[in-house]
Amino acid sequence: MAEILIKNGFVIDPTRNINGDVTDIAIKDNRIVEEVGSNAKVIDARGKVVMAGGVDIHSHVAGPKVNVGRLMRPEDKLFKSPHGQDKYRMESGFSIPSTFKTGYDYARMGYAFVMEAAMPPLHAPHVHEEIHDTPIIDQAALPVFANNWFVFEYLKNGEIDNAAAYISWILSATKGYGVKVVNPGGTAAWAWGLNCNTLYDPVPYFDITPAEIITGLIETNEYLGLPHSVHMHQNGLGTPGNYEITLESLKLAEGYKAKNTFGRDTVMHSTHIQFHSYGGDSWGNFESKAREVMDYVNKQKSISIDLGCVTLDETTTMTADGPFEHHIQNLNHLKWANTDIELETAGGVVPYVYDKNIKVCGIQWAIGLEMGLYAEDKMRTFITTDHPNAGPFIRYPRIIKWLMSKKAREEVLASFKYSDKVIDATNIHSINTELSLYEIAQMTRAGPAKALGLSHMYGGLAAGMDANVGIFDLDYTNMPADPEEIERAFTRANWFIKSGEIVVKDGDVISHGNKRTLWVNARVKENPQVIRDIHDKFLKDYTVGSDTYHVRDYLVPNPLVIDIDVEA
Amino acid sequence: MALVTLKPNTTPELYFECYNISPDTFAGKTLMEIADLDLHEGKIKAKLGDFFEITGSPGKTAEETNIRIIGDCSRMKYIGNKMTAGTITVEGDADMYVGGWMKGGKIHVIGNVDSFCGIAMEGGEIVVDGDAQNHVGSAYRGDWRGMRGGTIRIRGNAGNDIGTFMLGGTIIIEKDAFIHVSTHAEGGTVIIKGDVQGRVGGQMVKGDIYVLGKVQYMLPGFKKTASVEKEIDGLNATFTHYIGDLGERHPKSKGQQIYGNLYVLES
Repeated sequence: MAEILIKNGFVIDPTRNINGDVTDIAIKDNRIVEEVGSNAKVIDARGKVVMAGGVDIHSHVAGPKVNVGRLMRPEDKLFKSPHGQDKYRMESGFSIPSTFKTGYDYARMGYAFVMEAAMPPLHAPHVHEEIHDTPIIDQAALPVFANNWFVFEYLKNGEIDNAAAYISWILSATKGYGVKVVNPGGTAAWAWGLNCNTLYDPVPYFDITPAEIITGLIETNEYLGLPHSVHMHQNGLGTPGNYEITLESLKLAEGYKAKNTFGRDTVMHSTHIQFHSYGGDSWGNFESKAREVMDYVNKQKSISIDLGCVTLDETTTMTADGPFEHHIQNLNHLKWANTDIELETAGGVVPYVYDKNIKVCGIQWAIGLEMGLYAEDKMRTFITTDHPNAGPFIRYPRIIKWLMSKKAREEVLASFKYSDKVIDATNIHSINTELSLYEIAQMTRAGPAKALGLSHMYGGLAAGMDANVGIFDLDYTNMPADPEEIERAFTRANWFIKSGEIVVKDGDVISHGNKRTLWVNARVKENPQVIRDIHDKFLKDYTVGSDTYHVRDYLVPNPLVIDIDVEA
Repeated sequence: MALVTLKPNTTPELYFECYNISPDTFAGKTLMEIADLDLHEGKIKAKLGDFFEITGSPGKTAEETNIRIIGDCSRMKYIGNKMTAGTITVEGDADMYVGGWMKGGKIHVIGNVDSFCGIAMEGGEIVVDGDAQNHVGSAYRGDWRGMRGGTIRIRGNAGNDIGTFMLGGTIIIEKDAFIHVSTHAEGGTVIIKGDVQGRVGGQMVKGDIYVLGKVQYMLPGFKKTASVEKEIDGLNATFTHYIGDLGERHPKSKGQQIYGNLYVLES
């Protein structure tokens, strides 16, 4: 690969406290370097903003539930599927895009890394096949653990070392990245038609509570010293008044200290927190509790969050939170898919229309943005839409626009049918904060990279880091008066260089790049009990054998393995 | 009267996506500009002017614009897609999606049409002198939002899935229809002057179906109520009235039972 020199751009790099300085960025092969020779290809970024490649900490872009969404929603593709061009594939779908559209769209927005947020371990081969099929972007996947029979049994008995040995086995068997928690206990209770509505509702048969699962998994995660913290989707998602259980869950992280060699300070990542910050006790008196939740997050330094902003689109909800999908289907009476995944988890898919004419949707929209605006530490607050649950990821530039412009927010507020009611139930109208590009770079690049334990590769532009650089058509010294320009600039990057290769020029994809799949190999001391338990459960309870369970190497052809040796 | 005449000079090997043949896109343009409009053959992008001989002149607005297509359009899809006003006359057959998502104006096909004619239409009028294939006035595959308004008249036979998820408007089939009429309907009227194979009104909760011929197989979810006099499309006759689908609980009915109506002509 050649050398590239990006000259005269306004560089924004929160990892080195660079805010709009005009400096050059040099790239050699796939790394950022101090300087390059005179033969380097020069890109003139005069009058443009230069940032590191984006890092998406939570997005559902690969695997069986995404595919079920694609299959059951042909109408999602209607008039939204550009024809293939030359050697580039047809792009299909809107809220659940095809793998190729996923890769292309992320690249156009200047994103380098995307975390698939929920991988059912049993279906890991499918997840990796789709990840492999998605061009350009680097990806990893988080296996789900919080409704897993092994985990229940070990944590119930306080056997952290056994839970760690099991998680280490799953991470290597599924080529996973970290520990995902989805509705701890509730998804398993759903097999009995129940849910865990408080942190102390025991799971039927296993008799373990969500609180025990959460603290046990935090402990196990730090025992293993994984790069990412526990990645948590709390109980009570999407129900009015759930901010109380959210605060209770977040408080469980108190007293734990991050133990890892990856520069991560947090012990819990609370995902799509917008869905968990609701007040009221019914949809009638539904209101925002963003202030209450963010006040806690602001002072509790060991938590990171992502927003899960509602983008007011027609989208598709999909989660391993089985009972919640059933609840949504009861609200909107649209198509519903539901599945149980043996000993591990469950899943559901339902289309959803976030309608400007519905009061609740307007309030949800406001809550996501309020949380971003109230956040004091932008290095612990990340922009997501919980793609595709609150909106498709191609709306990130629109969220950036809303966060950066009060005018843009007011325009949306005024377009609601029940503007007054939305204003009454939220604080968005009274917030005048407008975020800077530096804060946006923290929320989309430096912050998520740090929380994922990847700050040595992604999220910054220091020498030695991966050469992922986006150049956006925004004049740092003279920001456009029209907020639409901000959205336009971030939707189609002028240039995007991924691992040293130019993949986007003037908003068009010009290369299929060199994608990699990251996974974590945490080696623990051999644990005969866990080996026997795995053998027994596969014999007795699983429909597959443990020898066919592993993700074969050919499914992950470009791996980047993060090795950890866990000291006993 | 402003009239644009299109004559196809080829029959495509695959098919053309003629989403730009509509009074809305033609209005206010010169013939050169019309010839320069896009068209797709598979993934290959081309121009309307490459495959059509274009004469005449369009009006200033869609309302004043009339389009006449002379020739075989049996491989040209999306004619009159999303049109809001004006007229289109096709002197020949047409492919799928004639008048899809149409909001107003009139389309007259002097020939047969393929499937998805008037799909998810909101207003206007479509008249087909020949036969239609499947999914006349139905919702798009997978979608739950069907036809809302307007009128579709098929002078010949129609295939299956007529008026699926229909919410309003009228569909008239002057000859026979195959299976699945007004499935999931929540409104609208379907009139079938010939026979229907069966599965009429499955899961419907609102709306009317009139069958002037025979229904081969009645769904078990329909219950006979009474004989009623009705005037339908200029014909005054006695019908047997059924309500249904009794097996469908409408999720939004909040306890109150609502049903669709099926009227079958008494012989």
